[in-house]
Amino acid sequence: MTAPRRDQLAGKALLVLFMVLTLIPFATLLSTALQPAGSIPTGFSWPSDPQWGNFAEAWRIAHLAPLIKSSLLIAVGVVPASLVLATLAGYGLATLKIPFSNLIFVVFLLGLTIPFESLITPLYYQMDSLGLLNTRWALVLPLIALYMPFGVFWMRAHFLTVPAELSEAAFIDGAGTWRTFRHIHLPLALPALSSLAILLFLWTWNQFVLAIVMVDDPLKRTMAGALGAFQGQYGTDIVLLSAGALLIMAPTIVVFVIFQRQFSRALLQGAVKG
Amino acid sequence: MTLTHQEAGRTPERPASAPRARRGRRSRRRWAHLVYVAPALLMYGFFVLKPLVTSVQYSLYDWNGIGPATWVGLDNYRRVLTDPDQLSIVGHAFELIIFFTAVPVFLGLVAAALMHGLPQGSFSTVARTVLFIPQVIPLVAAGIVWDWVYSSDGIANQLLSAVGLGGVTRPWLADFSAALPAVGLIGSWVMLGLCTLLLLTGINKIDPSLYEAARIDGANRFREFVHITLPGLRREIGVCVTVTMIAALASFDIIYISTQGGPGRSTMVPGVEIYRLAFTQREIGQASAMAVILMVLVLVTIVPIQRLTQRSDA
Repeated sequence: MTAPRRDQLAGKALLVLFMVLTLIPFATLLSTALQPAGSIPTGFSWPSDPQWGNFAEAWRIAHLAPLIKSSLLIAVGVVPASLVLATLAGYGLATLKIPFSNLIFVVFLLGLTIPFESLITPLYYQMDSLGLLNTRWALVLPLIALYMPFGVFWMRAHFLTVPAELSEAAFIDGAGTWRTFRHIHLPLALPALSSLAILLFLWTWNQFVLAIVMVDDPLKRTMAGALGAFQGQYGTDIVLLSAGALLIMAPTIVVFVIFQRQFSRALLQGAVKG
Repeated sequence: MTLTHQEAGRTPERPASAPRARRGRRSRRRWAHLVYVAPALLMYGFFVLKPLVTSVQYSLYDWNGIGPATWVGLDNYRRVLTDPDQLSIVGHAFELIIFFTAVPVFLGLVAAALMHGLPQGSFSTVARTVLFIPQVIPLVAAGIVWDWVYSSDGIANQLLSAVGLGGVTRPWLADFSAALPAVGLIGSWVMLGLCTLLLLTGINKIDPSLYEAARIDGANRFREFVHITLPGLRREIGVCVTVTMIAALASFDIIYISTQGGPGRSTMVPGVEIYRLAFTQREIGQASAMAVILMVLVLVTIVPIQRLTQRSDA
């Protein structure tokens, strides 16, 4: 039985209200971005003569093209490596007999609760001693490790849902653990892997605190890290800042709207499992 | 749930009385299986566990990051736990929980309760897309957007003036008493969509016949909510509370961008304080003590919630 019609209408109205509340800040940002450059606009007022050229100007001074490249380089460093390591470990912990596997899993689980800020100081000095400060490696290596608890947790949860009979049958046919993994488990894991890839990509792209600590040059940072620097530099020019902020947000929003279904599934499952 | 399945699948292949030779071979194989876990474990050990230990080590010293370090024992912890200024920072993190956790979970529950059983359609697709946007953009961007919303000329004041509340308008993030709630509401905005969608997904999994039976028994809407909806959503509520509480206690991006902890220290939270102490004050020991305390706080807050809500019978 579904909720009474009256309730459903009220529920819909509430959801519409939530959506409006979600969108208002973006609307005011857009209306501000279209004001004449250097003017001092107020909250929401649609300009009589929208200055779309502000976006071109912001694109140039925010160095968006090199920034997108930098963020992609970091994501390419983080996501595939994380997927490989997390999948192997998740498979091992879920289906193979490994000494101390429970202990290993708990140690990974604890990592889920560690705030990144708690590790930035020692990580900074560690990267310094490795000579990696101000390179993208100082972001890539720690991020792979910091995402590992979630990745292992996620992949282990997936491999636990695969019936044990499948591996047993393969073992009886003489396949070793590697061949069982490669030919039976890996193909079945593709949906779980692609959801994990989406989440890791998003988190890397949006990573902020590590980016501002490890890399001084905003152009070698993630998108989010560069946005912080952009605000510091153009914080007083609200028109240009709004245009720049919208441009920097645009890639994730566009990619999100295109892959809406996969993203929503990943985000919902990601929250449930995390 | 999945855990019990795994144990059940395993037990029969662990014969305690297996012949010695076979057991020897098996145990070798087990150690060999570590190669699957080793790469992840090494990476995690080197870039998470090692810094974790270093953090505890730093927290026992007075060190400016360059010169020699002086052993001070637990003095850095004593300062965080007795200095009113440091304690208020921890207090702010807990105040943020009201906004990051209580507000979105409550509103999400109301929406879910009103809409249970709503068929999937284009409305729900649009709703899902829009409500997820705050989860997709960088939190830094959320901070910048809201910085503008709250400014003297921003839309918050514009709307207040429009409804005749011109008297309360102010630059919200520069107001000593209003800044923390204002920052908290940014968190509510970010988390509202995620919680609503999680709870809506969860409520659609509750067996509709339960509601039918309740209605036949004459239960009113409130009893229905308390006896069916809440228990049925226990797992999802646990997830919302866990995710949003970690976000509140470990908040950094939004506050760093919108207020930097100001005005004064009125919105300073542990995450930003760690950054400030370590990278502008060069008080590595003090920063590390705060870092360790933050980790412990998150752990002792989250573990009971997980225990309470994620039992396997759910």
